[in-house]
Amino acid sequence: MKFLALVLANFRRRKLRTLLTMLSIVVAFVLFAYLAAIKKGFEMGATVAGADRLIVRHKISLIQPLPQAYQSQINQIDGVAVSSQAAWFGGIYRENEFPFPQIAVEPEPFLTIYHEFVLPPAQKAAWLSTRTGAIAGRKLVEREGWKLGQRVPIKPTFLQAKDGGAWVFDLVGIYDGAHEEVDTTGFFFRHDFLDENRRWGKGQTGWYYIKVADPNKAESIVKRIDERFANSPAETKTELEKAFIKGFAQQMGNIGAIVVAILTAVFFTILLVAGNTMAQSVRERVSELGVLKAIGFTDGQMLALVLTESLLISIIAGAAGILLGWLAVSGGDPTGGALPVFRFGPEARVTAVIIAVVLGLITGAWPAMQAMRLNAVEALRRE
Amino acid sequence: MTEALVTMRGVEKVFRRGSEDIHVLHQLDLNIPKGEFLALMGPSGSGKSTLLNLMAGLDRPTSGTITVDGQQIDRLSRRELAHWRSANVGFVFQFYNLLPVLSAERNVELPLLLTSLSKKERMQHVAAALRIVGLEHRAKHTPRTLSGGEQQRVGIARAIVTDPALILADEPTGDLDRKTGDGILDLLRSLNSMQGKTIVMVTHDPHAASQAKRRLYLLDGQLSTEMAA
Repeated sequence: MKFLALVLANFRRRKLRTLLTMLSIVVAFVLFAYLAAIKKGFEMGATVAGADRLIVRHKISLIQPLPQAYQSQINQIDGVAVSSQAAWFGGIYRENEFPFPQIAVEPEPFLTIYHEFVLPPAQKAAWLSTRTGAIAGRKLVEREGWKLGQRVPIKPTFLQAKDGGAWVFDLVGIYDGAHEEVDTTGFFFRHDFLDENRRWGKGQTGWYYIKVADPNKAESIVKRIDERFANSPAETKTELEKAFIKGFAQQMGNIGAIVVAILTAVFFTILLVAGNTMAQSVRERVSELGVLKAIGFTDGQMLALVLTESLLISIIAGAAGILLGWLAVSGGDPTGGALPVFRFGPEARVTAVIIAVVLGLITGAWPAMQAMRLNAVEALRRE
Repeated sequence: MTEALVTMRGVEKVFRRGSEDIHVLHQLDLNIPKGEFLALMGPSGSGKSTLLNLMAGLDRPTSGTITVDGQQIDRLSRRELAHWRSANVGFVFQFYNLLPVLSAERNVELPLLLTSLSKKERMQHVAAALRIVGLEHRAKHTPRTLSGGEQQRVGIARAIVTDPALILADEPTGDLDRKTGDGILDLLRSLNSMQGKTIVMVTHDPHAASQAKRRLYLLDGQLSTEMAA
């Protein structure tokens, strides 16, 4: 601790340079926070996907429908605990300013499968008893300013109603997430209402959500389901939910790899900037370091002094960047709903702290070695 | 006979420059008794600073032995030498070599950071050292706000704060005008006479050298003349 004042005093040596270097590190970490949140958003909760959940879809593509008749056969497969039909609605609310997903599901099994959607019992009962009932996530409700009991008209894009007009749903429930990473921007309504009110597509659904009794047997159940419908007019592709989500996200490209590439470039640049600052800082005070050696500072102490200085710059600026980034990301998804899970989670924050420490060690390593190896006699000659 | 503080026997120092060997010191023998105030003179390149660096343990002789206060320092490792310097040697430099980002008292405190003294004890030692050099009222000032003479006084306070046996001064008045330089020489003399410090001062200036008790002349790597003051 007694050497800390000596280390901190060096920050005052070239205030502007120190400030600009620290600022560049702060910006890099704010960017890190944003990109980590975007990556998280594109993974759409894949990291928290249930190991006991499967998705059954048409083998050709997700937009090809599956027969509703498959459900009873799926339920008969050993290990399948419960299933729910699901269909993409893709309607337009208002002028589609902030699009959100609308999905028709079977309420009872759906809420069993997605137990992390927390719905008060009275609202669940209301959904089960109201054919036109729908539930929406807390974030969506807050963004749209909806209230329970509100009527929500949604214009269809391809699933036309019998009367040709908008589909009108009654908002009977608002669900919360059991934890932070649960997407609460969804809108779910009853599949039987969809069947009753649509002009075409009777007897069809989009995909099936399945909950298996034993996650360890999920892989074999996947095989059995697809084998069951092999060589039928609508062959299936069954996946673990995690694989399904990742595959869905990768339709837009490998976002994770892109984010990692950008961050690598950013931190490599910062490494050069901060490394140059430290090297320059040590070069400028060679004679001072020579004095310290002359009065008895050991090689190890010289190494520690310079390394501590570099670490402090990186950690202080890194912490400020992490904090600012966290605050910025907490402000919410800047796309207005395209990234339902937009957060700078604890895992990413720990990674950021590790990066800050490694950055400090790497940028300080070479100048610290120079200070350590410094010959006091040579250094004192450089006046 | 007064006990020797520094004893050098058969000291040789050879620098290698390219393929050429440069003999800076030749078979040099020297005794510096405790309480001595020695002026080391000689032309540029005669090896004065090299001799001072060898006494300080900043450099090693090519051959020969150097003993300071009973410790043969040419046998010590780099780390041992660093510890030894922090306890036994005080440096006074021509250009003061204060750290510009630290106040006078923080500069004086630097050698004490290497001791086990508490903060309070360190500050007591710093205050005493600054009092000796007459600068206690400038303790909070940074070097930039001090005159050359004041900076050199801070440098001297830093050199004596650990109460070392040996003070090595390399051209301590070289960057000062005559009047200010005389003040510094008076201070060194009083440290020698009042506090019994052994001082070895390298200087070009015959006037500065005349303040020492003894003068040695180094020419072509050898002590050519030894005169009583």
